Amino acid sequence: MSAYARVPLIGLWFAFLALPLAGWKRSLWIGLGCAAVVFVVSAARASVQSGSLAGPAARVKEKFVSAWGFIEEKSCDKRYFSLFLLLIIALPWTLDRYSTDVLVITGIYIMLALGLNVVVGFAGLLDLGYVAFYAVGAYSYALLNSWYGLSFWPALGVGVASSALFGIILGIPVLRLRGDYLAIVTLGFGEIIRLVLNNWDNVTQGPNGILGIGRPYLGDMRLYKPMHFYYLVVILCIVTIFIVNRLDRSRLGRAWAAMREDETVAECMGVNIVYTKLSAFAFGAAWAGFGGVVFAAKQTFISPESFTFFESVIILCMVVLGGMASIPGVMLGAFILTVLPEALRELTLFRPMLLGGAMVLMMVLRPQGLLQARGQRHHLERGDEPESGAGR
Amino acid sequence: MFAQQLVNGLVVGAVYALIALGYTLVYGILQLINFAHGEIYMIGAYVGIAVLAVLGTMGLTQTSLALSIVLVFLIPMIYCAAYGITLERVAYRPLRGAPRLSPLISAIGMSLFLQNYVQVVQGARDKAFPNLLELGSFQLFGAYVNGLQIFILILALGLMAALQLFIKKTKLGKAMRATAQDRTMASLVGVNVNRVIAVTFAIGSVLAAVAGVMVGMYYGIVNHHIGFVAGMKAFTAAVLGGIGNVTGAFLGGFLLALLESFWAGYVSAVYKDVFAFMVLVVVLIFRPQGILGGSGEADRT
Repeated sequence: MSAYARVPLIGLWFAFLALPLAGWKRSLWIGLGCAAVVFVVSAARASVQSGSLAGPAARVKEKFVSAWGFIEEKSCDKRYFSLFLLLIIALPWTLDRYSTDVLVITGIYIMLALGLNVVVGFAGLLDLGYVAFYAVGAYSYALLNSWYGLSFWPALGVGVASSALFGIILGIPVLRLRGDYLAIVTLGFGEIIRLVLNNWDNVTQGPNGILGIGRPYLGDMRLYKPMHFYYLVVILCIVTIFIVNRLDRSRLGRAWAAMREDETVAECMGVNIVYTKLSAFAFGAAWAGFGGVVFAAKQTFISPESFTFFESVIILCMVVLGGMASIPGVMLGAFILTVLPEALRELTLFRPMLLGGAMVLMMVLRPQGLLQARGQRHHLERGDEPESGAGR
Repeated sequence: MFAQQLVNGLVVGAVYALIALGYTLVYGILQLINFAHGEIYMIGAYVGIAVLAVLGTMGLTQTSLALSIVLVFLIPMIYCAAYGITLERVAYRPLRGAPRLSPLISAIGMSLFLQNYVQVVQGARDKAFPNLLELGSFQLFGAYVNGLQIFILILALGLMAALQLFIKKTKLGKAMRATAQDRTMASLVGVNVNRVIAVTFAIGSVLAAVAGVMVGMYYGIVNHHIGFVAGMKAFTAAVLGGIGNVTGAFLGGFLLALLESFWAGYVSAVYKDVFAFMVLVVVLIFRPQGILGGSGEADRT
């Protein structure tokens, strides 16, 4: 029963913590809320352990697993797959412009999250400045278009190339750094890019941003409706998924996984760490650039405000929430985190706070994410990796 | 100009140094970058405002200045220690032994959570930090120096000395050093590792709280995102001095602030933050162990 004795204490403790900032009324609610959450969690845990809920919990889990297995199996089936594709193609005809627009944004985020997944999920390098590459892509199209009138399709190539180049430029100096240093350096890099964009007035027009970026053309057709962009983004997403999926199973993908699990061992087994790390950075950055060009073309206006640290964190959150290294998981994460805020507009103020809380909870309760990556199911259980690198 | 930038740099350096100590202490023991540390500093400043408001309504700021100065530091220190311990308990302890990426992501999540929690409960606007100390200013080698700046410097140096004494002389300090060297071994010889880690977080947070109140007094204004940039800079300072190294963090804080201050004075004020990040990148590439060396056993916390 000592598990329940601590419930009011925990409530009191959090009320105490909240007191000087939130005022006594809200602190009371915060304390009650925390106590309730702890009570429910410990009650659920106790009943699962003691057996009264163990059966049902296991059954629910089993059902979920088998349902997911069913989906996975059927999604490889050509008939179901084409049905799904048909649904995706038909979707914008049933929605209004606004919802289509949200889906376009979702698609861009799916590309970004899949790109970040290459860096974080596959290669295990925590990149907190990912949005910088997104900015590089967006600005290279915006600048080239407004100065030299470069059109969308060649700009797509240029944007991807310049982002990848930036990825390599960032990658070279940080090659030797360990994971947590890497996170800080990439964070710093992201901030540098944003500050430069914000202050280099005569090139980027500073905080005012760049207006009137050209729309893409397909033959003679100007793409400007949300629906046009929807199809564009769907095609690009499919290309991205295809390439990322192939990468995951390629020799390079295996090298990434090996490096993620243990760099030293991987190197001993003949993985070229320099090449492997740089390619992860370059691929991730290239996809961000890809997304950036599409974003600039869709918005026709970009400013440094779109490329803040928070944006990097959101994309990271998509990867973490969905499940690192799992392609369907990351897509699900991107979908949830773009559609849910649209549905819950009243909670906009609380959104960053909830995101942060979700990241902590996800790491503590389910570090593998909503959908676990294939091939990780039989290991990476918690505690399986004793003190990994912690003492090094 | 030179003297003035020097004075400004020293004051900011005191703040960076105090925050950097928290990073370095935690890193020394857990090899974890506590991303949320900057937010603890920000919370310290906000609690300071709340304390001043209460003292003001009680009329204590008029009647007993000395007591209110003590309280304005002491209560945020207690609160931040509580926040630090809770942070460790909720976000880091369950993840000990998890893959390396997990505690980092959890730390970022916690940072985001705390920053926006303060925004939700306190509003997004800047908050004024009431002026408590009316100290005169004087001129020294052509630089204006005021009493508050001297107070901040002395307080920071005093805390640093106290921390050194604590780590070198007390039993708990010894336990901290032992845990930093080898956590498993320390627990085998009877050190309560969980308690030592909690104490480490508490000490780091106390120092951050002092820094927060100092900044509030110095600039007279506080908002909910001061923690992010200050945290980044203090981390840079900790790396510059050699992460895990207490003296190094202190020196790194002053060094970074001075470099930054001269850069802002002589080169470009706009790119001040960019400069700090460049310092970080350059140090990490060319001397990742910092100026004093992070893994030197002798001075390691």
